[in-house]
Formats: sequence, C-alpha cells, structure tokens
Amino acid sequence: MISKVLEKWIFTIKKYSFLFSELVKRDFKQKYKRTALGMLWSILSPLLTLLIMKIVFTEFFGRTQPHYTTYLFSGNLVMAFYREATRNGMSSLLNNSKIIQKINVPKYLFLLSKNVSALVNFMLTLVVYYLFCMLDKITFGPHMVLLLYPIICLVVMNVGIGMILSALFVFFRDIQYLYDVFLTLLTYLSAIFYRVDSFSVRTQQLFMLNPVYVMIKYFRSIVIDGVIPSPQYHLLMAFYALFYLAIGSAIYKKYNKEFVYYM
Amino acid sequence: MPTIECKNVSVRYITGDLKSIGLKEFVVKKITGNYHVKEFWANKNISFSIEKGDMLGIIGSNGAGKSTLLKAITGIMKPGDGQITTHGSIAALLELASGFDNDMTVRENTYLRGALLGYTKEFLDAKYKEIIAFAELEDFQDYMFKQLSSGMKSRLAFAIACLVDPDIIILDEVLSVGDGAFRKKSGDKMREILDAGITGILVSHNESQIRELCNKILWLDHGKQIAFSDDVEKYVNAYEEFLLTKKLPESEDDINELSKAYEKRMREKQEEKSRTEAEKLQAILEKGESESAVLAAFNVLKKNRPELLTKDEFTFNS
Repeated sequence: MISKVLEKWIFTIKKYSFLFSELVKRDFKQKYKRTALGMLWSILSPLLTLLIMKIVFTEFFGRTQPHYTTYLFSGNLVMAFYREATRNGMSSLLNNSKIIQKINVPKYLFLLSKNVSALVNFMLTLVVYYLFCMLDKITFGPHMVLLLYPIICLVVMNVGIGMILSALFVFFRDIQYLYDVFLTLLTYLSAIFYRVDSFSVRTQQLFMLNPVYVMIKYFRSIVIDGVIPSPQYHLLMAFYALFYLAIGSAIYKKYNKEFVYYM
Repeated sequence: MPTIECKNVSVRYITGDLKSIGLKEFVVKKITGNYHVKEFWANKNISFSIEKGDMLGIIGSNGAGKSTLLKAITGIMKPGDGQITTHGSIAALLELASGFDNDMTVRENTYLRGALLGYTKEFLDAKYKEIIAFAELEDFQDYMFKQLSSGMKSRLAFAIACLVDPDIIILDEVLSVGDGAFRKKSGDKMREILDAGITGILVSHNESQIRELCNKILWLDHGKQIAFSDDVEKYVNAYEEFLLTKKLPESEDDINELSKAYEKRMREKQEEKSRTEAEKLQAILEKGESESAVLAAFNVLKKNRPELLTKDEFTFNS
C-alpha cells in the first residue's frame, strides 16, 4: 500500500520535474528581470528596512536591550519570508490562468515554483543575517543547525497558506487588498521590534496563536539565547505547518476542477 | 473498445453572482440572502463514441459548446454529469498562442511550453531546431517574446504543439494560423500526423476541411447534440443549409431535406456559374474583332465536341 503510494509519488515527481524546473527558471527571470542589480536589490531591501527600524527604535525610542539588531533582524527575516512566499503564492493560480485553461497540468506546481523563488531569496538574506550576527558578537555553535527546523516548518506552512490564498484569490479578487491589511496587522502582532515579557502571562500565551511569531521566537531563542526550545514547542511548530498544509491540500483537491470556471 | 466514449455528458459553467464580486460583497449578499449562483450548461447530454483511427469533426455555430466539450475530454473541466472515458495519451492543440511569457526569449518560451505539454528535456533538446525551423523563427531565437508579431507567436505555438506522438489528437481551430504559406505547411503536417492512423477530434468552421478530414461528425447547437453520425457528407450539407435558413432540424427527415436542399442549391449555383462563364466567353467571342477569336472557338469545338459541328446550325464555311 505504502510502496504503491510512494511509487506514484516518484512517478509524478519524475514526470513533472522538468516542467517544475522550467517554471522556477521563469519565476526567477520574472523576478530579477535578468539584472545583477535585481538580485542585489532583494537583499538590500530587507537591510534598509532593518536599518530604518534600528535607527527609529534605538535613537528615538531608546531601546537598549542586548543584541537588539539581531532581535530585530530575526523578526524581519522570518516575516519577510512569510510575506513574500504567501503574497506571491496567492497570485500563482490566477497569473497562470491562460495556461490552466488550455493545458491540463497539476496546479500546485505554479504555487510551488513561487515558493522556491521565495526560499532562495530567503536563503540569500539568511547569509547576510549570519554576517550581522557575527558583527553583533553572537556565539556560534552546533545548535545553530537547528535553525533548519523552523525553516522547514515555515516552507511547509507557506505552501499551505499559499494554497488557501491562491484558491480564495480565484474566487474573490479583493482578497489581495484584505490580505495586505492583514499582513500589516500580523507584522505588528509578531513582536518584531518589541518584547513580549512586559505583557501578562495570558497575553503572552495569546501570542503563541500566531504561527509567524512562534517561528520568530524559535530563531531568537537559538541565536540570541543559545537555548533549544522544549519538545512541545517543536510539536506546536510542526502542528502549525501541517495544519495549514492539510487545509490547503483539501481545498485544492476539492476545487481542482472548479477554478477554471472563475478564471 | 472505443478510444473516446462520452455518455450523457453535461458540462456546466457558473455565471452570474460569485464571479469576481469580491469577498466583501459575497459576505453581504450571503447575509442578506441575495446570493445566487447561476448555472449555465454549455453541454447537455452529449453522447458519442469513436474508435481508433476515427476522425471526428465537431460542427456548430459560435457558442454551441464545442470548445467546452474539448476541455472536458482533455480533463481541464469536469463534466457535471455523465461520463467520459478515454484510452491513450491525449495531445490537445487548442488555441495556444496565449499563455506565453512576454519577458522571456523565444528559446525559453519554447522550452517552457514544451515542458507544459509534457515533453522531456531530451526530447526538446533533440527537436528544438526542428521546431524553430518549422515556425520560421531562426533569426528570432533570442528575441523577447513581446517583440514578435502575433502571426509569429501563433506559428511558434503550432510548431511546438504539433511535434507530438499521441494516441489521440484534439484540434480546435488551429489549422487557420499564419499566412497562406504557413497554413498550407501546417495543413500538410496535420495530414501527415493523421495519416499515421491516429484518433482525432477536429473543431473547425471550415466545412470543406471537415469534409476532407473527418469520417464521423458531431453537430452541436447551444449545448445540445443535434446529431452524431458517420454520414459526414449529408450532415455537413445539412449544416451548411442550416447556416442559411437558421432552422434546426428536428428529425432524420429534416436532415435529409436540408441536405437535399443544400445539394439543390449547390447544383443551381454550379449551373449559374457555368452559365455566367458561358456568357462571358460568348461576350469575348462577340467582341473579338478579328476572325482569329472565332476560329479559335471553332477549333476548340472541333477538338472537344465534334458531334456538335455536324448539326445544321454549326455548318461553317471555313
């Protein structure tokens, strides 16, 4: 039974690997418009955001907590990845409507390829993140490898949420604006530039309902404090990732042939 | 075992509300109970089956549901009712000039489209030159796609799509792409593919194409199946007559009548044509100032219809 499913999976992957690589190539070309500066810009833009936040919050609001730059950057890094992957994922179906209406290909491929290009962008920023950590005198250790865990969880969650959003976007075009508003709200609720310990314990627990915050907290815990979160914490992250993936897959499965009516 | 079998297939579109009203309005309408989904059946109760080697022509005026039926057969749409079974790989040459990426080069678009159609990288590497040569785009390979003319785009789309080796081929109005020379080339290519004993479906507004290529015929009108038959000649005749009279046939007799009317009309047209031709010739002869024109006519008669010359009226003193 399991071997049969696996066999089918391998067959599907083999069948569509070439198409997938071509789609990823296309997304890269669209994104960076074939300029070296295009790639540079995608690193520069989060750095500039970081710079502004750093100046605003240390100079004007007088925040003086240790490793504040790393604290800020961790939040920005994860949030930017989440934002880019889900926003681009949202339009992945509709942008390819011309193809979907004419050729019978698995629709999730368009979403996955958008996620790959967001992931690559994230990895580039991650390199800069490590450079900043060094400048901020963070101690590096083997525990840093554990950062792979939140990254994997994020990727899975981004795909899941991207599935939900892209499906919704086919049915409701105004989701785009609503989601932008939601993202702003989410950014403020993710404790990117403030600390949560000043809130009551109950409020702090409420923060854990925000999956992006949960991922950010893991980053900070590993990088700044050098502390590995509890196993329950790991489970919570896996739950969020799989929960959204399950919902997204269910929607795609149910509406797979309906999308074409609304395009 | 039929290669393609449709049993009571109905395909539904959803129109009216929901389509791009946005979430806010959707919620408002849902709350106030004003939310309605309108269904539109683009196909209703279509049944036919074709065997290996058959070529099915689908005819019908605009909005008859031809393209929708093809989408259901290729699996892009799911029939709301009924059942479609197909055996073998399907290649669909629908109107494909759209869906290319404007900011990519011709070469990149060729690979992407090939991948979308399910070709492997090795296959494309081997066939790339052939595709470009067929589309006559050798000098444009590294041009951005948006720099091409619309004719070039359609040519590329056709060239990529026709390099297939499927069991079933589906053609939707693709044989009328490009200029005259290219149209001839694509027509030849198609005939070459079809001659290999492939099963196919052809949608065309060019009735003579249907007569030439098809051995089965399906007539749709506003989503309803008017007829499915292997008497292509009769049904295309009836269809062409229908296009003039706009009266749908309701029975086999109506079809026969329409077909006969068409044949009669064609005969009259033919006679009319010969008559005008004769008149034209006569005019030329009458106007001919020298004897040579008359002499030439006489020689032709002598050669082709000598029996006429023995009649009294034709006794010439030449």
